[in-house]
Amino acid sequence: MYDGGKIIAGLAVFVLLFTFPFWYNIGNAAYTKPKLELPKDAKECVEKTEWMRAEHMQLLNEWRDEAIREGHHTYKNMVTGKVYKKSLTKTCLKCHAQKDKFCDRCHESLSVHPYCWDCHVAPKGDK
Amino acid sequence: MLEKAIKGNKLYWGWLCLLLAVSGLGFLAYTVQMKEGLSITGMSRDVSWGFYIAQFTFLVGVAASAVMMVIPKYLHHYQAFGRVLILGEFLAVAAVSMCLLFIVVDLGQPQRLFNVLLHPTPNSILFWDMVVLNGYLFLNILIGWVTLESERKQVPPPGWIKPFIYLSIPWAVSIHTVTAFLYCGLPGRGFWLTAILAPRFLASAFASGPAFLILLCYIVKIFTKWDPGKEAIQSLAKIVTYALIANLFFLGLEVFTTAYSQIPDHMLHFKYLFFGLDGHYTYVPWMWVAVIAGLSAVLILLFPKNRQADNVLAFACLLVFLSCWIDKGLGMISGGFVPSPLEHVTEYIPTKLELMVTLGVYAAGFLILTILYKVAVGVKKEVGA
Amino acid sequence: MKSTRRKFIKIAGMSALGWSLCPALFNGSSRAAGHNEGHSEEHSGSSANAHGHGVRWAMAIDTARMTDEIMQKCIEACHSAHNVPHINNKQEIKWIWPETFHHLFPGQMNDHFHTNEFPERKALALCNHCDNPPCVRVCPTKATFKRPDGIVMMDFHRCVGCRYCMAACPYGSRSFNFADPRKYLKESERTLEFPTRTKGVVEKCLFCYERLAEGKQPYCVEVSEGTIYFGDLNDPHSDVRKVLKERYAIRRKPELGTSPCVYYLI
Ligand code: HEC
Ligand code: HEC
Ligand code: HEC
Repeated sequence: MYDGGKIIAGLAVFVLLFTFPFWYNIGNAAYTKPKLELPKDAKECVEKTEWMRAEHMQLLNEWRDEAIREGHHTYKNMVTGKVYKKSLTKTCLKCHAQKDKFCDRCHESLSVHPYCWDCHVAPKGDK
Repeated sequence: MLEKAIKGNKLYWGWLCLLLAVSGLGFLAYTVQMKEGLSITGMSRDVSWGFYIAQFTFLVGVAASAVMMVIPKYLHHYQAFGRVLILGEFLAVAAVSMCLLFIVVDLGQPQRLFNVLLHPTPNSILFWDMVVLNGYLFLNILIGWVTLESERKQVPPPGWIKPFIYLSIPWAVSIHTVTAFLYCGLPGRGFWLTAILAPRFLASAFASGPAFLILLCYIVKIFTKWDPGKEAIQSLAKIVTYALIANLFFLGLEVFTTAYSQIPDHMLHFKYLFFGLDGHYTYVPWMWVAVIAGLSAVLILLFPKNRQADNVLAFACLLVFLSCWIDKGLGMISGGFVPSPLEHVTEYIPTKLELMVTLGVYAAGFLILTILYKVAVGVKKEVGA
Repeated sequence: MKSTRRKFIKIAGMSALGWSLCPALFNGSSRAAGHNEGHSEEHSGSSANAHGHGVRWAMAIDTARMTDEIMQKCIEACHSAHNVPHINNKQEIKWIWPETFHHLFPGQMNDHFHTNEFPERKALALCNHCDNPPCVRVCPTKATFKRPDGIVMMDFHRCVGCRYCMAACPYGSRSFNFADPRKYLKESERTLEFPTRTKGVVEKCLFCYERLAEGKQPYCVEVSEGTIYFGDLNDPHSDVRKVLKERYAIRRKPELGTSPCVYYLI
């Protein structure tokens, strides 16, 4: 093969670089689900826990559009019909009062950085 | 064809490196702006648009001016422009690119730029401006590239490109008209609230754009030893002359209407720009330079002898460019904001960082321009045109 | 055949009556609700248009009784409740601020007369919540929009910071966050009740829509010692309507056709 050595070496470098994230993480502790501080005086969330885990970002997006753009301020649980005010700080953070030990802890472990806190003020200091 | 852009002499590469360095510096300044917000600019609550939007406005005009060669060439079969048309089209590409960059650097939340597409709002002129500018960019890249490619193959351009070329004529007019509509549809801003704003914009565009193109032709001639052709330059010079006269005439109309009607809402802005208001005079010398440069350029260009002398013509074109740039790139936007609708006088003076970002955008635009011109001239020389 | 025709006519007549009555009933009740209990939760979403039906919020400022101290109190109440930062330069942010008549009503103040009383009298300037707002017309993302109850709203989540609305506003009512507002807002000064803003978005007075939703009056009205009237312009018995009937009032730049909903009582 014409210049075979160079091609193979090049390929090897490419493969190494391409799989770098895997190499890099070898030896790091496997991902552990962070310990979340759940509200003490409430048993259930706005919706079912699993649903919340997966859908809370969409829910919040809908809430803010509906609250601000349409003037609809109340949300009904899809199953029980329990009513909540559509508000980030006045609903979510009333129960999940320790944002740093709940929202942030989970987000940080997943490297998600919602920009909401540039404006919304969480109780007990921010960021 | 792009391979032509990577074969050049030391001067070419040096120039590219310089442009890269300047745009890099501009980018650095922009990162400061990203971090600190637009607080690093000289803009204020009262003057909420500044240098960026002014340059944007000016460059839309430069971009639109390509049409002044497309019309003679394609509607009147004036062949002398065939040689240089590609330079006009590529200038339009570079100018529109700069326009888009200026819009982005002017946004407070550039990461949300796509909201304009996610929530299209046809009642906003800014929405239409975005549509026509992107359309114009696309049209000029397409037309420029296809015609240049067929020239290289020494075949006539394919038939399907014709409709695009014809479309580009009203489209060019539209970009500057819509840009004028951005301003002239605002109640409470007397300086812009005039139906003649769009024609005035077009006239100054058709003066400054071709003037700049003449200068570019001379530069190309000096550095590439390829001659764009005397006749094309002479015809461009005539266009500049007519357009400049129209521009000054329109300015005169504007001044008459405001000065004779004496409605303060309209008059105070002119007063501020040309005589100063409440002890603020920063723009006065600039505006007079613009007027005097414009008038002297007309006096020079009116005489065919002057136009035929390359040095004199180049000097006159510089004057035209300067005049139009001050008028639109400096006075037009600040003038509209001062005094404010509450008749407060807050002056706007761009900051150093703001000027660096501006310079960076210009450097990026010239980078695009240089590369495109390199390709175009390379092809021209190859086929011996 | 005969009986069915009669029946048809009867039904048609009844439904015609129904058509004409129903909207009136509906409107009457919703207006009463809007007036008596302030503002019901879902109201702003469901109320009809700004002219003649549903609620149309408006304000009347009594310039004769307004004093500098009251103005300061109004400004303080509004700005601290909405986390408006104190920036002391030309990139300042203000939702409501004092302005002399000369500037509020440029060209309208007979400045050349020997009396300076009117040109130098001060009153509060704020967003006019126009019926025909130029800022809404120009916004390329619908980040500022008009609610059915007349409030010109801002959606801070959507604003791209192009500042076209600031160029369009003939009243200078809009401010832009040139810098991060939290730099100018000490943590101790911040209220948890309302978000701050972030750099790069435009903001302005929102007629305290969040308080109206709870049936309360705007902050400035509350502390104004009765010098600001607020209410539903479509309700002949509201405070604003009553005072507008009795006193002479002017609006800012009426010739522009924006139709402001902030009135100045002379
Ligand atoms: C009435 C109090 C209450 C409110 C209001 C509330 N939550 Fe919860 N939330 C809870 C409780 C309690 C749990 C834990 C449920 C469980 O143990 O399964 C929970 C669980 C969650 C979880 C899943 C955590 C996990 O274990 O993975 C998420 C995500 C969440 N909430 C987000 C939100 C958001 C976002 C809001 C606002 C829209 C909100 N919550 C409002 C009480 C509340
Ligand atoms: C169980 C883990 C978990 C908890 C607890 C949690 N989140 Fe999240 N959140 C996520 C994940 C994962 C995403 C990213 C989803 C994606 O990118 O599609 C996310 C995304 C978001 C986003 C959208 C961010 C973006 O950039 O689009 C918001 C807003 C948000 N979370 C708010 C909250 C709030 C408020 C709380 C606390 C009341 C909370 N979350 C608690 C896991 C969590
Ligand atoms: C530019 C500043 C800003 C940012 C960033 C921002 N918000 Fe808001 N948000 C506001 C303001 C101001 C309001 C109006 C508050 C009110 O009416 O009380 C609001 C209201 C809301 C509301 C409804 C009313 C309430 O009291 O909460 C929701 C829900 C909401 N925001 C969610 C979010 C989420 C989720 C994010 C992040 C993905 C976010 N916001 C980011 C400024 C911001």
